[in-house]
This record gives sequence, structure tokens and C-alpha cells, in this order.
Amino acid sequence: MSLRSPLGRVLGLGSAKDGTEHWWSQRVSAVALIPLTLWFLFSLLALPGLDYLTVRTWLSFPMSGFLAVLLVAVLTYHSYLGTTVIVEDYVPDAGTKLLFLLLLRFLYVLIGGAGIFAVLRVAFASP
Amino acid sequence: MDSSARARPTSPHAEIYRWQIGNSLSILHRVTGVALALGLIALSYWLVSIAGGEQAYAAASGVFASGVGVICLIGWTFAFLYHLLNGVRHLFWDVGVGFERSQRHLSGWFAVLGAAALTLCVWGLVFAGHRA
Repeated sequence: MSLRSPLGRVLGLGSAKDGTEHWWSQRVSAVALIPLTLWFLFSLLALPGLDYLTVRTWLSFPMSGFLAVLLVAVLTYHSYLGTTVIVEDYVPDAGTKLLFLLLLRFLYVLIGGAGIFAVLRVAFASP
Repeated sequence: MDSSARARPTSPHAEIYRWQIGNSLSILHRVTGVALALGLIALSYWLVSIAGGEQAYAAASGVFASGVGVICLIGWTFAFLYHLLNGVRHLFWDVGVGFERSQRHLSGWFAVLGAAALTLCVWGLVFAGHRA
């Protein structure tokens, strides 16, 4: 006979209150970032130059804009997951930890949001 | 005599932990991850400058082409390539492959030296293209 409550059995989580979800999300986003980051690196290297017109024309192609949005989104998510673990590991005080974790969340939404919005502005700019 | 009062080393304690390639590369994975988090800010700034128009882009290009800017970009290139190669190493471990001591060491050196070599390749291309 198990001493666990029915609710505890259903949730399947121990005193950590957290399962493998964070770990799994980190891996899935890591796999997604392999093609996305390599696409970005090779695209920049393949451009004839990095002057304004060349870069803007490249980014305004539908496929470039689409992949750039995915890149920024997944990068932001993956980076958020990673730095969250670092804060959880190295900040001992619970209150400071919560503050830093909230700060990280807001910062990442800000940075990711700004990047995605910029790509959309280029993509949907009137010619 | 109460022996519990004696300060005992906890594991892995920095003072008694034998430094080796495994833990060095693990630390480097975190360090490069943090560096790349800062790189994400730079990437967003760059994208915003493209959307902002020619002047904003020129200002951003000036920042990235400055001495500190180029050093950061080279650093981010290495950080990205190392984090990528070592990340793949981790993914192999996740499916249970490559745990043997010799395999760990080989893949570790491959990740760090490969990243260094690829960084040289990328920036060789950049500087070659710049001159042409």
C-alpha cells in the first residue's frame, strides 16, 4: 500500500514540485537551435556584404524573416531555461532568488519581443 | 570530543577536487551559455537596428566594428561553436552513448579544439571577404 495521496500519485511529482519538464524543454529547444543557428551563421557568411541594403533585403525575404523569428523565439526560450538554472544554483536566499528569476523572465520577454517585433517590421514594411 | 564540529570537506569541494577536463568543459559550457545570453541582447539590438533604418544600422555597425565589438563577436563565435559541439556531446550522453572514459576525453577535446578551429575558419572567411 502506498502512503502517497491520490493527488500526489496523479501529479507524479515529489517534494521538488517539478518533474523532468524543464530538462526536456532544454533538450528539445537545443535540438531545434542546431539548424536555426547554423542557418543564421551560414546566411550571414554567404551575404556579399553586411551593408544596410544587402542585410535588409536578405531579412525581408519571407523565408529569412520566418526563420529569424523562430531563431529569436527559440534562442530566448533556451537561454531563459539555462540562465534560470544558474540563478537557482547560485543564489541561496529564497527572496533574492525569486527576484532574480522574475527579473530574468521580464528581461527575456523584452529582448525576445524586441527582436521578433523588429523582424516583423522588416517583413511587413511597405516597399 | 564532539567531532561533528570539525569542518569537513563537502563534495565536490574546490580545495580537494582534482581539476580535470570533464569539469573544466562543464564549467565552460555554462560560461559560454551566459556569454551567449549576452549575445542574444546583441542579436536583438542588431535586428532592431535593421528595422530602425539606415542611420540606426550604421550606428549598430559602428559598435560591432569597433575594437571591443570585434573581440565580442569573435568571443561569441567561439562561445556559440563550443556550446553547439558540447551540446551535441550532451545529447549523445542523454541517449546513453559515449560514457566511457576514453570517449568522454576524446569528445571533450574534439568539442573545445573543434570550436577553436571553426572560429578561426569563420573569422578567416570574414577578414578575407573584408579585404576582397
